[in-house]
Amino acid sequence: MMDEILTILQDLHPDVDFESCDTLIDDGILDSFDIVTIIAEINDEFDVKIGAEQIVPENFNSAEALWDLVRRLEDDE
Amino acid sequence: MLFTSYEFIAFLILLFLLYYALPSRYQWKLLLAASYVFYFVSGWKNCLFILLTTISTYILAKKIDGLHREQAAYIKEHKKELSKEERKHYKEKIKSRQWRLLLAGLFLNFGILAVLKYTNFVIANVNSGLALFGSQRQIGFLSLILPLGISFYTFITMGYLIDVYRGKYPAEPCMGKLALFVSFFPQLIQGPINRFDQMKETLFSEHRFDSREIALGLERILWGFFKKLVIADRILTGVTTIIKQPETYNGIYVFVGMMFYALQLYADFTGGIDITIGIAQTLGIRVQENFIRPYFSKNIAEYWRRWHISLGTWFTEYIFYPVSVCQPMLKFSRFCRKHFGDYVGKRMPVYVASLAVWFTTGIWHGASWNFVVWGLLNGIIIILSQECEPLYSRFHARFRVTGKKWYSGFQVIRTVLLMSSLRMLDCYRDVPLTFRMFGDMLVHSRISQLFDGRLMTLGLTISDYIVLVIGTVILLLVSLAGRDGSVREKLAARPAPVRYALLYSLFLCVLIIGAYGVGYDSSQFIYNQF
Repeated sequence: MMDEILTILQDLHPDVDFESCDTLIDDGILDSFDIVTIIAEINDEFDVKIGAEQIVPENFNSAEALWDLVRRLEDDE
Repeated sequence: MLFTSYEFIAFLILLFLLYYALPSRYQWKLLLAASYVFYFVSGWKNCLFILLTTISTYILAKKIDGLHREQAAYIKEHKKELSKEERKHYKEKIKSRQWRLLLAGLFLNFGILAVLKYTNFVIANVNSGLALFGSQRQIGFLSLILPLGISFYTFITMGYLIDVYRGKYPAEPCMGKLALFVSFFPQLIQGPINRFDQMKETLFSEHRFDSREIALGLERILWGFFKKLVIADRILTGVTTIIKQPETYNGIYVFVGMMFYALQLYADFTGGIDITIGIAQTLGIRVQENFIRPYFSKNIAEYWRRWHISLGTWFTEYIFYPVSVCQPMLKFSRFCRKHFGDYVGKRMPVYVASLAVWFTTGIWHGASWNFVVWGLLNGIIIILSQECEPLYSRFHARFRVTGKKWYSGFQVIRTVLLMSSLRMLDCYRDVPLTFRMFGDMLVHSRISQLFDGRLMTLGLTISDYIVLVIGTVILLLVSLAGRDGSVREKLAARPAPVRYALLYSLFLCVLIIGAYGVGYDSSQFIYNQF
């Protein structure tokens, strides 16, 4: 699952090291276009719905945080 | 009761004395009473509206929060016997009940705002439509009251209700505390649009008399008074004269009016927020900043991240993201990807949500087409800038201008001029006139017109112009000094004689050259009208 998330992120910004970066929002690497794209891709890939309430820096600052979010949503659903 | 009135200052002194004289456990109750007195003075009928919003939000938030708790308890109790499907079904049922409660709150409170603020706008448009089709029939306008700060407190309470629905924090169990959060008087006039989770700690806790904080608060109030009374209220006469007589003040005077208004709005709004934050600080309460030197922004998107920050974040959290990631929008995005490619598919949700936000921002500022057009133009320019970004990047790389001081200066001036041009829609009576005057400014402006005598007929004397020039220079210097840290912290680090001399000078400035006195009617804050 983590690999799929990394692929989604690397398609958006091939130059960023998503495996180590944990300040994707804080450093402005991901903008609103990216966030909406990531949500759409995750929605398709994992069949989970990320709502507006989940769009907080803690959930989008790193690939790992996104992975945690998807796992939480999968558990919920 | 104006922030700049003698009554308000007396009210503030009395509150301040009581606040620190009473046992600190009563402080928030005193603030609640003071906020309602402040609101009552603006008209007793207004109190009914804010009470209705407070009570309805309190009840609905409690019910929504109760369902969150009920769900957590039920799932915990039946964890072992519930299948994944059953758990999902149960959660959906609870969510649906919460959604209905949220919708009830949103409809009721935005409904009140919409009826009071926009009914006559709708009637005016219906009348125009009827006239267009040759009908003689006209609908009469309604005499509706617009409670003080309704746009602000409605947004504050609905932000709270949505947060509780989202489970961001639990509902406030004490209605009095929620009532204080909604009605806290310094924020009622023009914001900021505070968030409950940021305010509850500072607003409800007990505060000791802290002379340093109080001194900092008073400095901030004084700075706000300087901006409002020395600059904004003085230049107001010039702005009004120019925009009320477009036939007389054309050509370069349109540009003069545009720049005067940019200065007036900045001094008025940031001055008001300085007073708000300063008052709160004297009471030991921290209110979020609403501006980060917006006139030093290099593009409009950055400007909007630094101007009226609390409104921008409200729209981002409660409109932009919900619209751009809702299921119909994601379906629409997929449709666009399939038929028009990835590039369009990726951008459509963001652009549609952006235009929704800018339309709402426009109509929030006022019930007129001027504001709708102003909002949408902001959105369109931001979208165009986004689309032109690759072009800008190539230009920056080709000419190596990034980081050059002269180029940064150019970007700042360009943004100020662009924002000021858009704000002409705030000033002139309708959209066609605004565009006509904008065209007139572009085509007929001549420097020589500044010396044809009209400059001295704007209601401003030579001494007013001198005060405005000096005041603007002071604003600019303070903003420049604030680039690498808080100006007040820097001031606090100075030796006491320097610090007191500066503050005393500022106080004298407000006292001697502030635009008030017998026969002068201090004007309401511009944002209070929104």
